[in-house]
Amino acid sequence: MRRGGALLWLSVRAQAGPFALAIVGATLFAVMAVVGTVVIGRITDKVIIPAFEEGGVSNRAVALAAAAVIGASLLRIVGVVLRRYFGQMAQRRMQMLWFKRVTDRYLAVPLSWFDDQPTGQLLAHADADCERSTIAMQPLPFSIGVLIIIIVSMTLLAFVDPVLLAVAVCLFPGLALINKAYTKRVEGPAAATQARVGDVSAVAHESFEGTLLVKTLGLEAREVARLKEKADQLRQERLIVGRLRAGFEPGLDALPSLGTIALLWLGAGRLASGAITTGQLVQAMVLFGILAFPFRIVGFLLEELPRAVVANDRVQQVLVAPKRLLPTTTVALPTGPLDVVLDAVSFTHGPDAVLRDVSARVAPGEVVALVGATGSGKSTLCSLIAHLIDPDAGSVLIGGVPLPETDPVEFHRTTALVFQESFLFSDSVRENLSLGDDIDDDVIFAALDIAKARSFVERLPHGLDEKLGERGVTLSGGQRQRLSLARALLRQPRVLLLDDATSAVDATVERAILDGLRHSVAATTVIVAHRISTIALADRVLMLDGGRITAEGTHHELLAQPSYAALVRAYEQAPL
Amino acid sequence: MSHPEEDLGELEELDAIVDVLVDSAPPGSHDQERRHSITSDEEDALSAAGAIAVLRRGLAATPELRQGVVLTLALAVATALGKLAVPILIQQILDRGVFGKDGYRPGFVAAACCGAAVGIIALYFISRATFLRLVRSAEASLLGLRVRTFHHIQRLSLADHVEQRRGALVARVTSDVETLAQFTEWGAVAWIVDTVLIVTTVAVMVVYSPPLAAVAVAVFLPLLPALGYLQRRQLAAYDELRTAVGGTLSEVSELVTGASVVQAYGLQRRTRRRLDRAARTQYKAQMGAAKWFAVMFPLSDFFGALALATVISVGALNGPAWGLDLGKLVAFVFLVNLLLGPIAELSEILDQTQTAIAGWRKILGVLATPIDVTEPENGITLPTGPLAVDFEDLRFTYRTGGEVLRGINLHLPAGAYVAVVGETGSGKTTIAKLLCRLADPTAGTLRVGGIDLRQVAPESRRSTVRMVPQDGFLFDTTIAENVRVGAPETSDAAIQSAFDSLGLGGWLEDVPGGLHAPVGERGGSLSVGERQLVALARAQLGNPGLLVLDEATSSVDPKTEQALSEALERLTAGRTVVNIAHRLSSAERADLVVVVDNGNVVETGTHAELVAAGGTYATLYSSWLGNTRVLRDD
Ligand SMILES: Nc1ncnc2c1ncn2[C@@H]1O[C@H](COP(=O)(O)OP(=O)(O)OP(=O)(O)O)[C@@H](O)[C@H]1O
Ligand SMILES: Nc1ncnc2c1ncn2[C@@H]1O[C@H](COP(=O)(O)OP(=O)(O)OP(=O)(O)O)[C@@H](O)[C@H]1O
Ligand SMILES: [Mg+2]
Ligand SMILES: [Mg+2]
Repeated sequence: MRRGGALLWLSVRAQAGPFALAIVGATLFAVMAVVGTVVIGRITDKVIIPAFEEGGVSNRAVALAAAAVIGASLLRIVGVVLRRYFGQMAQRRMQMLWFKRVTDRYLAVPLSWFDDQPTGQLLAHADADCERSTIAMQPLPFSIGVLIIIIVSMTLLAFVDPVLLAVAVCLFPGLALINKAYTKRVEGPAAATQARVGDVSAVAHESFEGTLLVKTLGLEAREVARLKEKADQLRQERLIVGRLRAGFEPGLDALPSLGTIALLWLGAGRLASGAITTGQLVQAMVLFGILAFPFRIVGFLLEELPRAVVANDRVQQVLVAPKRLLPTTTVALPTGPLDVVLDAVSFTHGPDAVLRDVSARVAPGEVVALVGATGSGKSTLCSLIAHLIDPDAGSVLIGGVPLPETDPVEFHRTTALVFQESFLFSDSVRENLSLGDDIDDDVIFAALDIAKARSFVERLPHGLDEKLGERGVTLSGGQRQRLSLARALLRQPRVLLLDDATSAVDATVERAILDGLRHSVAATTVIVAHRISTIALADRVLMLDGGRITAEGTHHELLAQPSYAALVRAYEQAPL
Repeated sequence: MSHPEEDLGELEELDAIVDVLVDSAPPGSHDQERRHSITSDEEDALSAAGAIAVLRRGLAATPELRQGVVLTLALAVATALGKLAVPILIQQILDRGVFGKDGYRPGFVAAACCGAAVGIIALYFISRATFLRLVRSAEASLLGLRVRTFHHIQRLSLADHVEQRRGALVARVTSDVETLAQFTEWGAVAWIVDTVLIVTTVAVMVVYSPPLAAVAVAVFLPLLPALGYLQRRQLAAYDELRTAVGGTLSEVSELVTGASVVQAYGLQRRTRRRLDRAARTQYKAQMGAAKWFAVMFPLSDFFGALALATVISVGALNGPAWGLDLGKLVAFVFLVNLLLGPIAELSEILDQTQTAIAGWRKILGVLATPIDVTEPENGITLPTGPLAVDFEDLRFTYRTGGEVLRGINLHLPAGAYVAVVGETGSGKTTIAKLLCRLADPTAGTLRVGGIDLRQVAPESRRSTVRMVPQDGFLFDTTIAENVRVGAPETSDAAIQSAFDSLGLGGWLEDVPGGLHAPVGERGGSLSVGERQLVALARAQLGNPGLLVLDEATSSVDPKTEQALSEALERLTAGRTVVNIAHRLSSAERADLVVVVDNGNVVETGTHAELVAAGGTYATLYSSWLGNTRVLRDD
């Protein structure tokens, strides 16, 4: 509760302007709601009763009554509009503030941070969690208004008649207590329900994501059973909530009615004895009517507050994620070709030491092939050079500058990495290549030429402006890969990292791509490769094994090493 | 503050919310490939049909819900009666208990009050029981609907899946059903309670004084078109808001799923710009909706006040002449107030109703999507052992784009080891998909074991035809579980031996945790090659008569690949194997090589024959040789 208060206070302070207006509105509404009851009471005494008991009223009195009723309503309206509009404004602005902070952090964290974060949760943090963090702001102005209503109406009631006040004093705290008890009891099952909805969603998500597998292995029945189990758990949880609600909701209608009946019973006596006027009894009953609702509003606030805190905790978890270290002072890279140096680099994935004390140098303009068995750490090494991850020990330098000291903007203009698995944005082909920069079609086509992607892009119905589906599903594997390659070449990088970037293309196209690279790209290049042709393109070869570089030299020199020969000449042993 | 499981649950629930929102992303971004999609044809037809039609079709699709309708009615009437009791009591007491001919009658007052109290308590218990029954029946029917929808989606063809955003499909079985649940348990009850309340309130008014009732109703009437107008504006505003939220989520989702590209290419500033733009649009849309939300309730309040003022003035001036008395006029004041409640509530739940109807419409849209790969009634069971495959003038076109397979005629003998090679984009993966009946040919036939694939019983096909897809998807669980999905009853020992028989025992030993190592979301904790190894082990289990490998070893190092190929060759004796690979090492050892070019089979024969023939394959092979051999003169 205290943390809820702190969160609210922080949000209110951040959005003080709109919030203040919302409170003014809520207060106006509260006051006018109570005034409305006074008006009705007075009208009963001054207009309705004279009309029947005293044989008529003046037109002026009637007009005044009508004006008072409408006037009170208009002021209430102004109050509601102010409260709702500016309340929303305060809440939404706060939401956007959280959103900006969360996404700023997403942009600032190191890549490895994303490893243990399920995609769905990352999305939820930026959207639903930001929204939920502010959800308690909504009932707050109203709750403040409600407190005013309660205080003012209790006072008014005290003026009307102490006996009627006594009924109210018995009834409303009772209502508040019931509300509180209900909230408390339903909290657990309600949370459990949400968890079960989450389970259903997780099963469905994974199942649809693996459709290909589900279909080819005929897992439909298994998946349906899996979903049914979760959905049934959800149903049972819902029934528990339903049982609680079945007791509470109708009770919430019944109790104030019972209170009003009590009021009427006692009031009739008081009225007959002349202790109160009819108008006062009517006013008291109308007051009861408007009092029943406010307790729910405060209830909402109390219900939302813990949820807001939980949501905000998740937002805070993102906000405390360590940022990538940005250089305090940057060192400019030298002009011309750059060398890449790995200096005693070690890297660990969880319990796995992937790279141990790796040292190597790629000379400016040199092409180095990186070979190694599956899972030997080639992709990890590429990520290190691209500064996507930082080594646990040792350092990586380009052009003599340690990566942490390079200017990020300059670094990205200088290096390009083609990932082993091509990632395409669900956007146009052009946007996927230019990545938002203004680039001439000529330049784009030149890059597509080298990547041997031009002909198929030209055959697409909308050419460069063809929109690609989620993860590029409508392209073949090789087509996706060639677009990623073109994306890198387009930037004319001085350091080019190709992580198995031709694995999905056929031998002829691969050959053509390699020729193109050899003739038109002058970058310092690291190529992860399995095929000898690619390896032969390289000036030098590094072999990774067991997290270390176990062989280094030209292809020919290395062929003398049995482990190297066994790896790269495997195809030659094939029977012809 | 809360239990850990609870947090987790909420997180996942948020996922569900995100899914709906993502689902409502701007349609424009995909319209190029959406010509036939579920959302267009079926849903458009439904949306034109309007809310009533959705309701009718929905009830037809969910027969269990009809029982709920009766319960809802009962509940609504009970609640409405409870609410009406008070103003009637006021009138009775004022007119007959206090100001009546006999003056103050404490006995009557007490009796009336007790009677009313007993009635309200009785109604409380009735409401409670009915509500419970309602929840039970609603939940049962929603469970049925959810499972049926999920099952239907599972049966939709791959093409339908490709066209839909994943989030949209998930939303069908989560948030859409949730909105329905909400509606059946809140909205629908409120609708009926409010309508009953309005009708009965007006009826009571008429009983007290027909002319005054007419006046009150007349004042309220213009509220209807005004609310209708506001409602339309609000709906439009919400639509815009959903689009905006969808837009924001797409931006975030690209940032998150493409984080490596964003960081490798330094796209932070571009991403920030796009995020800011999306957030601004969303905020504007939110405030646009807030505007309508802010005036919705005050509008009813104003009409209520107007009605009250009119009733009081007219009642006070003409009441005596119309035969009204004090109690009735006071009761009228309460009745007008009583009308205000349901009217205000209706104006606010219209919104929830719209969401529910939209959700229901989407679910019905999915259920109405025809299954284009329909399973045969009495399917034929495929024989065990190796199966021959025959393509007869087979043609295939995806829903978008031109013809991909252009008349393929091909015979693959039973037990053969067939290599399919060809340029990227020539249609190899498409052939693999057709072999597993992920789609049916546009023209021509495909026979497996001599039987048209469309006639084969689904269970038989799935256990007999197995495919290892191009990108190895892994479930977020352990290595062992991922292998086991291929053959559910397999013991750990058998899984271990599957790895051993492929020569991967050594690799598995090196993985910390071995068989029980978690593989991460989509298999992300394994290297790309390692994921392929797991997928192969999975296909190795079971005993398919036709095994289709689509680039199943494209990311594995040559040495491991050679070892795997040898193992596979040994293990696949007694099966037909179709191996699609760019690495021609597989073609060298194949019984039959099939060369695909631009959707046609251009050459077939053994490796040696094709090399000798000097055609497309020979060229391809010489590139491959050049790419993989240490040239003699080196
Ligand atoms: N996110 C991760 N969490 C835990 N372990 C990981 C993660 N990513 C990679 N690994 C492990 O680190 C090792 C090296 O992985 P890496 O992707 O660098 O291999 P690779 O040489 O590129 O393999 P391949 O040839 O299959 O692409 C592997 O054993 C892998 O299981
Ligand atoms: N879902 C789809 N919708 C529309 N067109 C598609 C779809 N999937 C593939 N295509 C197109 O069909 C053609 C053949 O694709 P396919 O995936 O069969 O090629 P492939 O021979 O397997 O190529 P690769 O060697 O690159 O994997 C390509 O031009 C591709 O763009
Ligand atoms: Mg790799
Ligand atoms: Mg393919």
